[in-house]
Amino acid sequence: MKAQPADHPLNGLLRTERIPHIWCPGCGIGTAFSACLTALLNSGMDLTKTAMVSGIGCSGRAAGYVKLDSYHTTHGRAIPFATGMKLAKPELNLVVFSGDGDLFAIGGNHFIHGARRNVDLTVVCVNNFNYGMTGGQAAATTPTYAKTTTTPLGNPDTPFNLPLLAYAAGATFVARWTILHNRDLTRCLEEALAHRGFSFVEVLAPCPTGYGRRNREKPLDALHLYQEHAVIRNGASPIEVELDPKRAITLGTFVQIQRATCIDMYDKVCRPAVAL
Amino acid sequence: MKPAVWTGDHFFTGDIACAEGALAAGCRFFAGYPITPATEIAEHMATRLPEVGGTYIQMEDEIASMAAILGASCAGVKSMTATSGPGFSLMMENLGLGICTETPCVVVNVQRAGPSTGLPTLGAQADMMQARWGSHGHYEIIALAPASPQELFHLTITAFNLSETYRLPVLVMADEVVGHLSERVVIPPAAAVKTRERVPASGRRDRYKPFQRGACGVAPMAAAGAGYAVHVSGLTHDERGYPDMSAAGQEKMMTWLTEKIRANRDKIIQTESYRLDDAEIAIVSYGISARSSLAAVDEARAAGIRAGLLRLVTVWPFPEELIRDLAGRVRALVTVELNLGQIHLEVERCARGQAPAILVGHAGGAVIPPEEIVARLSAVSRT
Repeated sequence: MKAQPADHPLNGLLRTERIPHIWCPGCGIGTAFSACLTALLNSGMDLTKTAMVSGIGCSGRAAGYVKLDSYHTTHGRAIPFATGMKLAKPELNLVVFSGDGDLFAIGGNHFIHGARRNVDLTVVCVNNFNYGMTGGQAAATTPTYAKTTTTPLGNPDTPFNLPLLAYAAGATFVARWTILHNRDLTRCLEEALAHRGFSFVEVLAPCPTGYGRRNREKPLDALHLYQEHAVIRNGASPIEVELDPKRAITLGTFVQIQRATCIDMYDKVCRPAVAL
Repeated sequence: MKPAVWTGDHFFTGDIACAEGALAAGCRFFAGYPITPATEIAEHMATRLPEVGGTYIQMEDEIASMAAILGASCAGVKSMTATSGPGFSLMMENLGLGICTETPCVVVNVQRAGPSTGLPTLGAQADMMQARWGSHGHYEIIALAPASPQELFHLTITAFNLSETYRLPVLVMADEVVGHLSERVVIPPAAAVKTRERVPASGRRDRYKPFQRGACGVAPMAAAGAGYAVHVSGLTHDERGYPDMSAAGQEKMMTWLTEKIRANRDKIIQTESYRLDDAEIAIVSYGISARSSLAAVDEARAAGIRAGLLRLVTVWPFPEELIRDLAGRVRALVTVELNLGQIHLEVERCARGQAPAILVGHAGGAVIPPEEIVARLSAVSRT
């Protein structure tokens, strides 16, 4: 391993030999990733018992940079992979770090079932409104009318309201922040990590290379939008937090409830004699 | 907790025998999705796993089932799923992840007739080439073909042991008939069940390479939470598990993934011979079709035809040398299988023109009767 400056507080959690990362200048994933690492450091959790699982895509590369047990799986399948891991070894803390395309298009079915079962996972979704890795195609989160390489005339489809989807499916912790709200995001991720059950944090992040340049949105423009249109409404009903990036960006922790986890219920119903 | 090895004489189906074999092998995690004719394996595991401290989960589909068993295996727990045709198709993506990341696990395919929904309740052996090549990319795989409930019990244990020895998913290619057939199944005492346990990582964290390509075989596998901060990726990777996006890196990884199986073919491949020593016509068969073939050999012999049977217990890797040698000393090779020519083509390839390769095939939905095989043997013997 090459000598690294010892002063960065996150170096202990990074595979520094794998830096520089692949993320573009102006991309928001690195900020979301740093917030996640800071939250992990602050959480007090046993990090040797903590694993990060990612799917495929730009955000999916996070698993390759974190110095934890880390699993870079197949497209959309991080949640079922992490579910198997958690159920097989309940003492593990599991963070799923991936993108909107991965978690909500190809992986959408797995997401709703993970939430329904209330598997004790922390799912961090970096939402940059498009498929960045493949060059900026439309996603299940792309705003209507937005241009991408596969919606050159504008997106005719309606995007998911991710917090509403998560809540409706059964997630017990649901929040949204942007990378501009770094401290709030970090604190929120700490809470999500501490939450027992399926926690979901949507992190809005610019993708200047894939999304921004086709929608007249430079990296700083995106941050200005986050600043100008952010409304912090903790406890807001998920049905009211539909995203309209040019008008209303509702942020905060919308859902924080307790419900028996997948393993709690399995122990109670299926192996009461085994459960301690 | 109840004993994991259900020692004793039983009368039950191949599907139950398969589940019991998995438990005896140390499987403690099953993720699956209901599908005829493999559902009984999931049902039995749902009852039995919690009794032995294990975990059963019914996933949302077979894609998730395959992902979950890989996750469980990476957490250090022996894991399995069971499915049939359409579900097997859905598992192909993550089967490749298991091969690329050298993650041990067992996938059972109780084959039914396809394509598509096909004949869900009736047997076939038509996924044999999918077992070989179903996931994208080039790779080696191990696939076993049980011919009875008893063998389904034993081969499921073998599958787990092979998966741990060579660090890859191992396929048990059963079929509907063997899966639903009830027969006597003898489960030995726990002490008599040979299982291969995973070698945990040891030594210094900074020197451990989770994918070390050693002369002595696969690297010890550090489970999640063991303190080794492993990185596991479906990208082409080096021995540290780090992505290596180069043709040279691909060459190195592929050489390892294929050679770890090819170099051990002799240890992996199991076959059985029946009346082959003086045979003029050799039947090559596997699974339920091998049982019809066995009866056919005796009937043919009674009619004065010198027939013999080579039963493939291991179908992949394919016993190429054995078929080549056999082709050199018989008048014909007759492959009997419940498809329209899959293993038949492999037999033909390996025979290298030394003897004609003839197919007794069937589109699926019924077992090939011995008489049909005898009729063909008889026709061949007259030529």
